[in-house]
Formats: sequence, structure tokens, C-alpha cells
Amino acid sequence: MSSRIRSQLAYPASFALDLTAQVIGQCIELVAILVVFTQVSSLGGFDRHEVVLMYGLAATAFGLADLAVGQIQELPTYIRTGELDVLLLRPLGTLPQLLCADVSLKRLGRVGAGVAVLGYAAATAGIDWTPARVLLALTTPLVGAVILAAIWVAANTVSFWLVDGREVANSVTYGSSFSTSYPITVYGPWLRRVLCFAVPGAFVAYFPALALLGRADPLGFPDFLQWSSPLVAVGAVGAAALIWRTGIRRYQGTGS
Amino acid sequence: MLSPYPQLVRAGFRRHATYRQAALAGLTTNLVFGLLRAAVLVAVLAQRPVVAGYDVAAAITYVSLGQGLLTVVLLWGDTEMSRRIRTGDVVVDLGRPWDLQAAMLAADLGRAGFAVLARLVPPMLFGAWAFPFRWPTVPATWAWFAVSALLAVVVSFGVRFLLNASAFWLLDARGVIGMWGVVGGVLSGLVVPLAWFPEWAQTALAWTPLPSLFQIPIDVFLERDGTAGALAAQAGWAVALLLVGRVALHHGSRRLVVQGR
Repeated sequence: MSSRIRSQLAYPASFALDLTAQVIGQCIELVAILVVFTQVSSLGGFDRHEVVLMYGLAATAFGLADLAVGQIQELPTYIRTGELDVLLLRPLGTLPQLLCADVSLKRLGRVGAGVAVLGYAAATAGIDWTPARVLLALTTPLVGAVILAAIWVAANTVSFWLVDGREVANSVTYGSSFSTSYPITVYGPWLRRVLCFAVPGAFVAYFPALALLGRADPLGFPDFLQWSSPLVAVGAVGAAALIWRTGIRRYQGTGS
Repeated sequence: MLSPYPQLVRAGFRRHATYRQAALAGLTTNLVFGLLRAAVLVAVLAQRPVVAGYDVAAAITYVSLGQGLLTVVLLWGDTEMSRRIRTGDVVVDLGRPWDLQAAMLAADLGRAGFAVLARLVPPMLFGAWAFPFRWPTVPATWAWFAVSALLAVVVSFGVRFLLNASAFWLLDARGVIGMWGVVGGVLSGLVVPLAWFPEWAQTALAWTPLPSLFQIPIDVFLERDGTAGALAAQAGWAVALLLVGRVALHHGSRRLVVQGR
């Protein structure tokens, strides 16, 4: 794995360009949020600082998840070319092998941009800091990354059933990244239920942000949900593992 | 001899019509994102019923058409020519008895034609069926919308052609194309209408081809003011980009060195 990392640093100029593109790619989504706030003073009941805080949490979690399991998006290619068979034959876990096959360091750009926004938001959102909240602010991006990673693995497992499931999986992965950046109050009841419970995106940024801000949920969800992201993460990983195992057991190869 | 270009348009259409499952999957993605984007715009409009001339129906129409035009105009994922330049296959393309740029444009128009049927019409119908929607009030608007969408495809083709042609100098155009992909999405007004941007940003963006891609066709459909001027701007960008593309191709292909015996 260290060889893969070194090979990416072999061309510093190209790497720097890639890294910059990632940083800009992350910040451009923030531009959209800021543009919205030039027109209105609150969105879904939250002011600019509060939404930027949610965005910062979501962006950092997304960057970390992308760094860790972004490679899962190549699963359809592995299946189509038959490379997955090679991985299955080796006496190592299939999923870890797949994830370690290529760690894109350029994705650190997204993490960096996310952390910068998060730092700014934490300083300006008027948070009443307590030891518990400091701990929450530090762990939320990691917990959020675990939740997103679980969602991605589960979504990409669909490739075992569909020939090219990449697009469907993309709608879940990038859709979850987009949706977690905004307070769930902006979505209608239908979408909100999907985002809260079916795909637990609301626990990546929305609920922890409420806890940091010390606000009750405007939708009336109980307060304990705001601190329960780690539990949700455990559940999500369990569910993703189950789905992955079902999928890989069904896999029969693409040979003639 | 028959001109090859009409056949290339047909071939482009048929090539993309082959992958129906992929088109269906892509359509799902467009719809999911459409729902999320529409929700954000509607939440903004809950604060103020009309923002820069867009009410809820206009915003829904905006998102539906934007998600539909995304694949027609094709902002992302066109790297074919840069790959052929890197591998040297472009020599074969240059050697054929056609005008390479015109041939690629013809194939791209065919692709866009299929995308109109498979990717633009469904989100429009879905948006109109499920939510308040703003249909054109005068029939002529449909014709102007068709012209504007066609020009948007040509402008987008012109930009993509130039980005890909940069591979003549850079060999690897992925960085440049990636940069366009991340910036183009938001600055072309796909996520938030450009009319909601601050005045200075709108003025600056008006000097780029970005509004020609999505903002202008959608505004023509919504019958906002200034259709004639907007179409003229699109046409100007289309011509300018195609001309610059020709010059780039001419100079770039001189740099090609073919190894061989």
C-alpha cells in the first residue's frame, strides 16, 4: 500500500493540480449555500452560520469516507473485468483488498477544505462550548464518515445484481453527500423519512449540529437522537456488512 | 458521394440508444438529485415567495429542466478525444476524409438527440405531474427553447472540444477537464439560478460561456425577459468556441509526432 501512495507523489505538479481541483470541488458547494443566503436570512429555520456548520461537518465526513472507501466505486469495473475473482482467491478479506487497491491521496484536499470550513463555523456559530460538545465536535466527522462509508458499501453492493449499477449507487453516495449538507427541515416529509431512517444521513451532520448549537429539533424529534450518531454508525456498519456478504455470496463471476 | 455528417448524427443517436439500462439508471440519479435540489430552492421560497422573479412553480420547472438538460448538454465525462490524443489514435481520425471537428459535432448532436428523448422529457413530465410547473404560454416559446437548447449543446461541445484538445500540449487533460467539471456545475446556474447570485458575480459570469449552457435555455422556456439578446449571446459563443477549436486543432495536430517504421 505504501508503494501506491509513493507512486502518486512521483509527479508533484499533477498531484498539486488534482489536490487543488478537490479543494475547489468541495468549496464550490459552499458557494451555492452562500449564494442562497444572499437572498434569504434563514433556510429551513437555520441561519447562515448554522447551515455552514452542518456543511462543515458533512464535508469533512464526506472527505474522510471518500479517502477510506472511495475505491468501492470501482467495484463494477472489478466485476466486469473479472479482477474480483483474483481478490476472492487470495487468503485475505475481499472488501479490505478492494479498498486498499488504491488510496487516492488527492482526496485529502476534500478533508482539508472540510476541516477549514468546520473550524470557521465552530468559531462563528456561537456555540456554548462544554467538554461534551468539544468531544462531539471532534468525533462527529469520524462517526459521520463511518456512517457514509457504510452507506456507500451497501449502495455499491447493488453491482452484484445489476450489470452496471454505478449510476444507481452514485445517486445514493453523492445524493447522501448533497443532502447531509443542508438541514433536513428543507426536505418534505417523504424525503425526510428516507434521509432519517432508511439512509441515516441525518445523523452525519444535522442531529450532531443541533446538539452543538444546543437547539431543540424544530421537527420535534426527541433530544437523545442528537447524541446517538455513534450508535447509528454501529448499526449502519452491521447492516452494510450483512448486505455486502449477501451480495458477494451471490456473485458468480462473469466468465463465458 | 453522400455527405458523412447526417449519418454521423444518426450513428451518435444509435450508439447511445443501445445502452437503455444505463440510460434508465442515469435517469434515476437525475430524479433523486432533482428532488433534493428542488427541496432546497422551495425552502428558500418559503422565506420569500418570489426571489429574483422565480416563484415555486418556476423553481420546480428550473430544476426539472436543469436535471434533464444535464445529459443533453453534457457537462461531465467527455474525455474521448483527449484519450485518443494521448494514445495516438487521433492520427487515424485526422487521416479520414472528413473535417474532424464537424464530424465530432455531428456525432455529439446525435447523442444529444437521444438524450432529449431519454433524459430530458422524463424529468419534465415527472416535474409537471408531481409538482406545480410552468409551461410556456405562447407556442413560439417551444421553438425558441429548441433553438436555445441546440445552441447550448454546441457551446458545450465547443468547450469540451477545447478542453480535450489541450491534451495536444499537456498529454493528460484529466486535470483540466476535472477542474471544468467541478466549477461548471455551480457557476453555470445548475444548482442555484444565476439570477440569485450577487450583481458582481452575474456581471462576471456574463462574460463567460457558462450561462449559455443551462441558464439561458431554461429562462427562454420560462419566458423571462431578454430572449433575443440571450440567444444572440449563445450563438456568439457557439461560433467563437468552434473557431477557436479549429485553430487549436490546427496548431495542436502539428505537434503530433507519429512513431513508426
